Amino acid sequence: MTRELVFSRAENEALRQEMERDPTVILMGEDVAGAAGRADQGFVDAWGGPMGATKGLIQRFGPGRVIDTPICEMGFIGAAVGAAVTGLRPVAELMFVNFVGVCLDPIMNEGAFLRYMLGGQVSVPLVIKTAIGATGRAPERGGGSAAQHSGSMYSIFAHVPGLKCVVPSDAYTAKGLLIAAIRDDDPVVYCSHRQLAGTRGEVPEEPYTVPIGKARRLRPGRDVTLVGIARMTGVCLEAAARLAEEGVEAEVVDLLSLSPLDEETLVESVRRTGHLVVVDEDTPRCSVARDVAAVIADRAIDRLDGPVKTVTSPHAPVPYSGVLEAAYVPTPEAVVTAALATLRD
Amino acid sequence: MPDAASETTLQPDLLGDVELLRRLYRQMVTIRRFEERVHALRQSGGLQGSAHLYVGQESVAVGVCARLRRDDYVASTHRGHGHAIAKGVDVARMMAELFGRETGTNRGKGGSMHIADANVGMLGATGVVGAGVPMALGAALSARTRGTDQVAVAFFGDGAMGQGLVYECLNMSRIWKLPLIFVCENNGYAESTPVEYALGSRDLARRVEGFGVPTVTVDGQDVFAVYDRMGQAVARARGGGGPSFLECKTYRYYGHFIGDDPRRYRTAEEEAYYRERDCIERFERTVVGRGALAEAELRAIDQEVERTIATAVSFAEESRPPALSELTTDVYTQG
Repeated sequence: MTRELVFSRAENEALRQEMERDPTVILMGEDVAGAAGRADQGFVDAWGGPMGATKGLIQRFGPGRVIDTPICEMGFIGAAVGAAVTGLRPVAELMFVNFVGVCLDPIMNEGAFLRYMLGGQVSVPLVIKTAIGATGRAPERGGGSAAQHSGSMYSIFAHVPGLKCVVPSDAYTAKGLLIAAIRDDDPVVYCSHRQLAGTRGEVPEEPYTVPIGKARRLRPGRDVTLVGIARMTGVCLEAAARLAEEGVEAEVVDLLSLSPLDEETLVESVRRTGHLVVVDEDTPRCSVARDVAAVIADRAIDRLDGPVKTVTSPHAPVPYSGVLEAAYVPTPEAVVTAALATLRD
Repeated sequence: MPDAASETTLQPDLLGDVELLRRLYRQMVTIRRFEERVHALRQSGGLQGSAHLYVGQESVAVGVCARLRRDDYVASTHRGHGHAIAKGVDVARMMAELFGRETGTNRGKGGSMHIADANVGMLGATGVVGAGVPMALGAALSARTRGTDQVAVAFFGDGAMGQGLVYECLNMSRIWKLPLIFVCENNGYAESTPVEYALGSRDLARRVEGFGVPTVTVDGQDVFAVYDRMGQAVARARGGGGPSFLECKTYRYYGHFIGDDPRRYRTAEEEAYYRERDCIERFERTVVGRGALAEAELRAIDQEVERTIATAVSFAEESRPPALSELTTDVYTQG
């Protein structure tokens, strides 16, 4: 049965259903429950995760499987790798993606490379669940969370062989990709955009997977392909609606999986439309947006009728001021402008 | 280091355990001969590839692993040959790995710094100092979550005591009371940097006790002392009593890596001091002196080990390198 659910509750349902199905699934991270050890004073599950996505799980599964960690990302993600190669399927919560700065070693040198370095002896069924993205708070009142709590940075993970990286764009793909990530035998970085956490969408009640490595065509169109990642997929849909008013039929492809990258869907779409705009909230250098552009340059340049456009944040850290943050993130207007520019050229 | 360097602290109750004594000796000699052969092969140009030799420290790996079961876990360091051999990894497949052959423990894709054998609980050597420690912590967490009585050992050196990660793991091991034993092999040097420079306080036991983890400092060149203290730590871990920390004072005879000349940072006098306390010679003086094993028995084991190493080298040399298709296999589980 399908019903409307908030994005973060869809993630919660995915975790609950997988933990019920498989006793080897554990959850660990900072404040995944909160108030650890204070049950005797009546305090349990104070936070339920920074976005509330893990609320209620400790009551159902207990502190042995919903493990509040000290603030030590390098240590507990390293431990999650050790647990993953010895019979568990840990979901480790990296509160904000920027904190990868203190734990890239266990994610890359251990988690991602172990299987290869060990000649296939082990697999590493690990999920790193992390939050990405700018806050989108009202520009006229103060600001957001600034550079260290608002990055996207997923191109780091896409760059590392051995890792997979998925980015849901709505409640439906959140639940399906999180379940797929937990069931996957390889380490998967699952990035949920903080502005999507409160959005609602149709979500089936029963467990299901959205396949890792597949993009999704959300809107068909023959004139230009708009590729979106996470929250930018919604931005692409909005841009497509405005383009339709000007008589341009835009196709919207929701990337969903940054690694593996669904090159076939991208190439097939651009071969039909002849125009490409990639929309990415991450910074531009060595980015997923530029990688998609390179794939098209390599495999479909003969079918391009205009330059490939990328619409990204500037090559700058995320600013605090709401006015600056709003200017930092790609907008539907910018996407429309880019689409019209490639169609004109 | 005790001044009474000529013997070991062989406990009277072990005198009659001839099987154990033979096993300890065979493993220590196997590690030494394996590595001396690797060193000779590197010197002659018959072998290339990064490797860090363990010679001098054999009594630590052997004393520790003698207390472990096959299904217990060990996470190792960049200096991992000794840990692997003591945990039961096949030396022929290890040698093949160093030769980069498809018959190697890691199919030739890891080399000396990543030797692993999941079948005997050897989770792997690692090229990043301190990185094995959270692996062992995770294995201990896994064992407890799965309801087994397995324990995990994290080997690391004095160099890793400079890594914040190790302290994160000490803390987590204590708050979760995990079946984890920290084995710090203090060989006096982090690469070329001596402990008296790198460790603000050289009293590691006091440091670690601050985390609430029971700690002992032991003469690492005395295999029976290591075996004894490790027995207490394993009993505590298996019995649900939580983690322990063993600081084993030891010494590596060669440089940090093959090709490093340690005389650039330490004296001949210092090396001689430790060689006089050689763990294998001390073992022999004690067990032969006290009549537990006959010298002839030890020489027979020596010959047996020589044959094992010779067989390992032949096996490695005769094995094929990996097929080029292996270049991109096992990046992921599928394909």
